[in-house]
Amino acid sequence: MSGVLVLVGHIAGQVSRSSLELLTLARRLGNPIAVCAGTADDEVVKTLGRYGAERVHLIESDELEEYPVAWVRAVADLAADVQPQAVLTESTPDGREIAARLAVRLGGGVLTDAVDVQAGPLGPVVTQWAFAAGYTVTSRVVRGIPIIAVKSNAVVPAEAPVTPSITRSGLQLDEAARRTRVLSRTVRESTGRPQLTEADIVVSGGRGLGGAEQFELIENLADALGGAVGASRAAVDSGWYAHAHQVGQTGVTVSPQLYIAVGISGAIQHRAGMQTSKTIVAVNKDPDAPIFELADYGVVGDLFQVMPQLVDEIARRRA
Amino acid sequence: MKIVVCVKYVPDMSSQPRFTAEHRVDRAGGQLSELDEYAVEQALRVVDAVPGTHVTHLTVGPPAAAEALRKALAMGGDAAVHVSDEAIAGSDAPATALILAAALRRLEPDLVLCAMASTDSGTSLVPAMLAEHLELPQLTFAGEVTFEPTGGTVRVRRDTAQEVRHLEAALPAVVSVTDRIGEPRYPSFKGIMAAKKKSLETWTLADLGVPADQVGAAARTVVDEITARPARAAGTIVPDDGEGGRLLADFLSTQKFI
Repeated sequence: MSGVLVLVGHIAGQVSRSSLELLTLARRLGNPIAVCAGTADDEVVKTLGRYGAERVHLIESDELEEYPVAWVRAVADLAADVQPQAVLTESTPDGREIAARLAVRLGGGVLTDAVDVQAGPLGPVVTQWAFAAGYTVTSRVVRGIPIIAVKSNAVVPAEAPVTPSITRSGLQLDEAARRTRVLSRTVRESTGRPQLTEADIVVSGGRGLGGAEQFELIENLADALGGAVGASRAAVDSGWYAHAHQVGQTGVTVSPQLYIAVGISGAIQHRAGMQTSKTIVAVNKDPDAPIFELADYGVVGDLFQVMPQLVDEIARRRA
Repeated sequence: MKIVVCVKYVPDMSSQPRFTAEHRVDRAGGQLSELDEYAVEQALRVVDAVPGTHVTHLTVGPPAAAEALRKALAMGGDAAVHVSDEAIAGSDAPATALILAAALRRLEPDLVLCAMASTDSGTSLVPAMLAEHLELPQLTFAGEVTFEPTGGTVRVRRDTAQEVRHLEAALPAVVSVTDRIGEPRYPSFKGIMAAKKKSLETWTLADLGVPADQVGAAARTVVDEITARPARAAGTIVPDDGEGGRLLADFLSTQKFI
């Protein structure tokens, strides 16, 4: 078994759920080596070990925050040393940027938006959903190190405790890395609701809501069910809800246990972001809305009547 | 300022995609990728703001990909370059980036504009790969772009679920833009007519000095299987006769969500 590099993220001692998913997948391919920024935080190292990181490699520099491209050199140097079976990153903008540059630098092949990774006789077998999630594609890297960017929610994180060894390196900030500089980062206020990509239940609102105030109906149902709030592109473009909540091709792709679409017609760009949800419910006044083709249960009617009745009914049944 | 917009000829995503025996996407009857229109628009806004800006649209693809360049030229811009060669068929993102980078070395732009992703493969890899090949800064997934022509720097705002980030780089740079950046203009009749007179050059791999054995069949990834996801079983659709909310609660109860 040889090493699998896993690029992990953590904020204030909290390892991201996506990172734990990457470690869980990495164990199928080899011995996970977690690569992370910063100094050895006991909590972080403990968590990574609990999810099977046999080694934690720390890049001890706070300049990664300002010069994100510097990750590439750090990971490339490590890859030259370890000769890993694969490199796993999150399929986020940052993760894909690193994957892209690494592929050029290492001569590796890269696959993005993986929803599953399995070990195969010829290397990792990667499953993706393509063309608005209408197709399932399995692919492999056939030349160079496989670099795989994995979508969140690809797997349920599973513990496999080990005591990791710790290695450290500084940061070689070359001229190329200095050329892209972060001026500022503003972390979004937590809404107290679960993250869209991680939630088991997502309630989304669209054009049918008619305004920003009416999103309260969506939030009330989301809170009654302990879910996250999503929005269609039309609602986001109208300025009714923050772009970070946009579900669809150019927003977030979600695959929860339950997706409730309210006042959303179901354009292909929206379907691309939610049609792999396990159960889909739709409320829309237009019986011909394409969203009903996906719905396991749909109500054709006025959402302003249906939604409050549903929230009251949930409260009544729980009382 | 000299801008090159990288564009892609993709299948019409509103119809069912077709695949070849080699698991490649059949791009017949395609179009300019809709997300590329935002990158073209951004280039044209610089033209409006900074006199003397020159815009070239660049694509890699089969002969029909010239269609995408024509559409971009009809929106605006000065010239187009089409890299086309039989050996390119089947290229993956690294091979495509290698070819585009070779063309960009020849064109020497101050700014390379791309979309956030193609609408067909949607990997978002190419802009960062170009930056790596050309040793340029990368400002990707930009929802806002501002230029300081005097200082020769570009700043972008990137929104993610976790944060809002502002990045900066000196030109030359690679910038990819999202569909939040500003609605693309429609080609006017005048624009469509003017596009017919604009220069559209076709370059081969030999013209660029890119060895044929590094692209196309040299792809570093293979697709083993493509299967259409089974259609979802038809659900229960009920009209609201005043009980819609309660019926929905019943459904959620039976599914154990309440």
